[in-house]
Amino acid sequence: MNLTLKVWRQKNDKASGKFEEYQVEATEHMSFLEMLDVLNEDILENKGEPVAFDHDCREGICGTCSLTINGRPHGPNRGTTTCQLHMRHFNDGDTITIEPWRAEAFPVVKDLVVDRSSFDRIIQAGGFISVNTGQAVDGNSIPIEKEIAAESFDAATCIGCGACVAACPNGAAMLFTSAKVSHLGLLPQGKVEQDKRVVKMVETMDDEGFGNCTNIGACHVECPKEIKLENIARMNRQYFAAKIKA
Amino acid sequence: MKLESNVPEGELATKWTEYKSKMNLVAPNNKRRISVIVVGTGLAGASAAATLAELGYTVKNFTFHDSPRRAHSIAAQGGINAAKNYQNDGDSVYRLFYDTIKGGDYRSREANVHRLAEVSTDIIDQCVAQGVPFAREYGGLLENRSFGGVQVSRTFYARGQTGQQLLIGAYQSLERQISIGQVHMYNRHEMLDLVTVDGKARGIITRNLINGEIERHSAHCVVLATGGYGNVFYLSTNAMGCNVTAAWKSVKRGALMANPCFTQIHPTCIPVSGTYQSKLTLMSESLRNDGRVWVPKKLEDVKAIREGNKTGNDIPESDRDYYLERRYPAFGNLVPRDVASRAAKTACDEGFGVNKSGLAVYLDFSDAIMRYGRIEANSQGDHNPSDAKVKELGTKVIENKYGNLFEMYEKITGENPYKLPMKIYPAVHYTMGGVWVDYNLETNVPGLFALGESNFSDHGANRLGASALMQGLADGYFVIPYTIGQFLSGEIQNPVPSTDLPEFEAAEKEVRARIDKFLSMKGNQTVESFHRRLGLIMWDNCGMSRNAVDLKKARQQVRDLRDEFYKDVFIPGTNEEFNPELEKAGRVADFLELGETMILDALNREESCGGHFREEYQTEEGEALRRDDEFTYVAAWEWDDKEPKLHKEELKFDNVELKTRSYK
Amino acid sequence: MKWLTTLFTSSLGRKLIMSLTGLFLCSFLVIHLLGNFQLLKGDEGVAFNDYAYFMTHFLPIKIVSFGLYAMILVHAILGIMLTIQNKKAKGKTYAKSGTTNVSWASKNMGLLGTLILAFIFIHMGDFWFKMKMDQLPMVMSESLGFEVKDLYFRVAQAFENPVIVIAYIIGQLVLAFHLWHGFGSGFVTLGLNNKKYSPIINAIGRIFAVVVPIGYALIPIIHYLR
Repeated sequence: MNLTLKVWRQKNDKASGKFEEYQVEATEHMSFLEMLDVLNEDILENKGEPVAFDHDCREGICGTCSLTINGRPHGPNRGTTTCQLHMRHFNDGDTITIEPWRAEAFPVVKDLVVDRSSFDRIIQAGGFISVNTGQAVDGNSIPIEKEIAAESFDAATCIGCGACVAACPNGAAMLFTSAKVSHLGLLPQGKVEQDKRVVKMVETMDDEGFGNCTNIGACHVECPKEIKLENIARMNRQYFAAKIKA
Repeated sequence: MKLESNVPEGELATKWTEYKSKMNLVAPNNKRRISVIVVGTGLAGASAAATLAELGYTVKNFTFHDSPRRAHSIAAQGGINAAKNYQNDGDSVYRLFYDTIKGGDYRSREANVHRLAEVSTDIIDQCVAQGVPFAREYGGLLENRSFGGVQVSRTFYARGQTGQQLLIGAYQSLERQISIGQVHMYNRHEMLDLVTVDGKARGIITRNLINGEIERHSAHCVVLATGGYGNVFYLSTNAMGCNVTAAWKSVKRGALMANPCFTQIHPTCIPVSGTYQSKLTLMSESLRNDGRVWVPKKLEDVKAIREGNKTGNDIPESDRDYYLERRYPAFGNLVPRDVASRAAKTACDEGFGVNKSGLAVYLDFSDAIMRYGRIEANSQGDHNPSDAKVKELGTKVIENKYGNLFEMYEKITGENPYKLPMKIYPAVHYTMGGVWVDYNLETNVPGLFALGESNFSDHGANRLGASALMQGLADGYFVIPYTIGQFLSGEIQNPVPSTDLPEFEAAEKEVRARIDKFLSMKGNQTVESFHRRLGLIMWDNCGMSRNAVDLKKARQQVRDLRDEFYKDVFIPGTNEEFNPELEKAGRVADFLELGETMILDALNREESCGGHFREEYQTEEGEALRRDDEFTYVAAWEWDDKEPKLHKEELKFDNVELKTRSYK
Repeated sequence: MKWLTTLFTSSLGRKLIMSLTGLFLCSFLVIHLLGNFQLLKGDEGVAFNDYAYFMTHFLPIKIVSFGLYAMILVHAILGIMLTIQNKKAKGKTYAKSGTTNVSWASKNMGLLGTLILAFIFIHMGDFWFKMKMDQLPMVMSESLGFEVKDLYFRVAQAFENPVIVIAYIIGQLVLAFHLWHGFGSGFVTLGLNNKKYSPIINAIGRIFAVVVPIGYALIPIIHYLR
């Protein structure tokens, strides 16, 4: 299949970027990133500078890959990362627009690569259980209801890719932050410091320059792990409760 | 050079406990003044960095990723072993130890493996306390499943994302230490050299991948937790960024590379579909709990399948060869990985491969679906269900157990594995070999430690499923925090070395010179094309089966390729920018040297054991033929441009009897 | 006291205010609508004018109405601030906007809110302002026994003009979109989200968003047709 790509090129965070157009020949069995590999090989053959994009595990779990494809973070398929998106979902002759994640809290590093270290700082604010190595009791001494464990797990599957922020017209990081708050707060081990956790994580999220959630829900629609919106409501609730508590 | 394993004296079962209670310690007030560099943030690196920081050491932690959470441990699917015996099925520390030694085909160090089995139980407790959402029973207690090569259920898991959940646990502990300033985190920094001062590891040279800045970092010691080198094969289940550079630079500074030819080929991966392919995707070993592996018995069926006239479903039961169940009745589909991989290769070599390229076998769940369906129908009180109903119920059970894996398979192949049997083929997955370390996980370079997949110590010639996660976390949480004190207790008088020392200056200069050389070559071939060619040489000659003739040929090919690389590679751009091609070039250059060492090691090891199968050494039935009299040793290689030098560490087995592995 | 200021300056705190004021305004919409239905009684405005008198002269109602003005202002000002801040947080927008599965209204609450604010100004200028500035004729209230302002006259007069009728219908359409997202969203922000009850709340929200604006729109339409 022959494709026209409109790719965002930007030298670094200070430079202003622009779209450039490329032609590339792909097959339907390729993954989207393999199609970009082919493009880069072509560019290198002509001694040009390849398109920079983030990627690593290429099996949908590390959260490194990004790309807004035709306006949609991780492309057109639900519950799929860019690296697991295959070209069979496109048609011969298509024009595909590829942009980096857009949000002020994710500055562009180069081309399609953005800096997501703000996510790490949100976790540093409280996205952990304060237990030192060696302090643990026997694993089976804390029984956890299967459904609760499953709900916590659903939140814990977040891969920290940033698609939620990229999809959000407000550039908000509520889905990411609330997923971590829910993952830990639903478990008995994590309840102990939940009040402190939720307040500090929300404060850091605000300080990092993310926007305000207006419950649009685009984050959930584009999340490759389909993290639920209930997490956001839960975080709201727990935040107010923590603030009001004496 | 004499390799001292430094295994403490005493009974195997009590050795570690006694050693811990007598080893040298660093007092809390001194820990504050001592700094440790940890390279890597996977299970081993993150757990080590966090734990050392908790103890009070000042830690500098490095990763080439944009966040520590991206390390490739995250992709481990199936689970983590621990000798908890929660299932009351006869498990014990000794049994886990024994299974691991046997699974490793008697090429690992007894004392290290026993320690691993001992601390395995603590890992589960630690992870639960951190909030890792392991699978649970309805009673709220932890659930287990079984993995290949063992006859008990000791694998703890978190759906098909165990590695992700464990890594997030370690990452969160690490982030906690970062937030209080005990760990200084360096994201997007790649280690490009090791600095030794007076023979001791004292620092590293890094490149900031965003702006190309070359930096010097010093500390009292250096801990490598940089993963395996499976990407030397180009196509593997490793992430694109996985590389050997940090370990290899250490080897070039005097550390030894042990058993590099011991690579694990995982039997259940999605087959290669085209030349553009960049990586292979693993389907968790846990699938072999329920899936049955088979190929057609008749070549005409194979032909029809390849031409698209038949599917696996059209082949009647009587015309299917469930070759693992036939050849290994005792373990059946749950034989260890090396055995399962080789059997798949044999079936395909004989012409029974079931895809266009002839390199695939079936992994079939239709039996499991019907079996679970009947159980489920019974439990719903329906004792006479229709086949369709059984199928529907069974499909749901399978979906609950393996849903995300099945989904992944469908995304990649476009085929529905609930309806058609999966097609799988072996692929490079893990490397048992690695930097040589002693009992303290210290290399032969004093002050340089290696943890997790980057060392060679625990898995011998073959790793059992769900043991990589166990080893990574054991090393980081429960071994290095103790053993590092043996070295650091002698360092309390010394300040953090200055980065102005001539050794740092010289190392930085060398790093700069290498980068300049890459950028000035301006050849005509891409880095990727060299990597692909290297991978092909390695896979064809040093892959699932090896022989002396091909290995010798391959060694020359790799050397020629290396020469060609340094003449004709093209790298665009400059050092002072984000330049992935430049990063890749450095990594491929190192693979080109490592590859040769692997081939040499495979040539030297004139026996078949675990993942290393030499065609010259096999039984009449085609099983691996180990030669214990001559090869019960660790082969540790000292790098030399012309002829790497071999050092041997004899392996002594005082507690287990060396037997021919049998899974029949 | 710091906790209080940080509560209301945090993103979640400001959202809380948006939610509380928004939900209060929803309740006002119901009361206002029920009152205004007296315009449809067909009694030449007798009941409506009495009602208008009551609403402007009963002290508790007067106090509440000042609260209402404050709520509208807070909701509007904060809404505009949030919209501006969110635009800034987003930075560059996508050249190609994808079709994500979310309602148009949810992405355009700022625009919808601004239009509603404009509508409120027009609406108040038409009636409330004229009433306050004594620009209305007086009419004898038989039940009260004295003269009251004839607001009904002004309403009937206004809704003879098709332009005003259309403007009011558009205003209600905008309100419907705003409520379509706002009602349920308010509950989510309060954290009142639950597998069992959320679908019910959302359904009520959707019904509310349709029924209330239709109710309002009926008034000018019926008047015009009369």
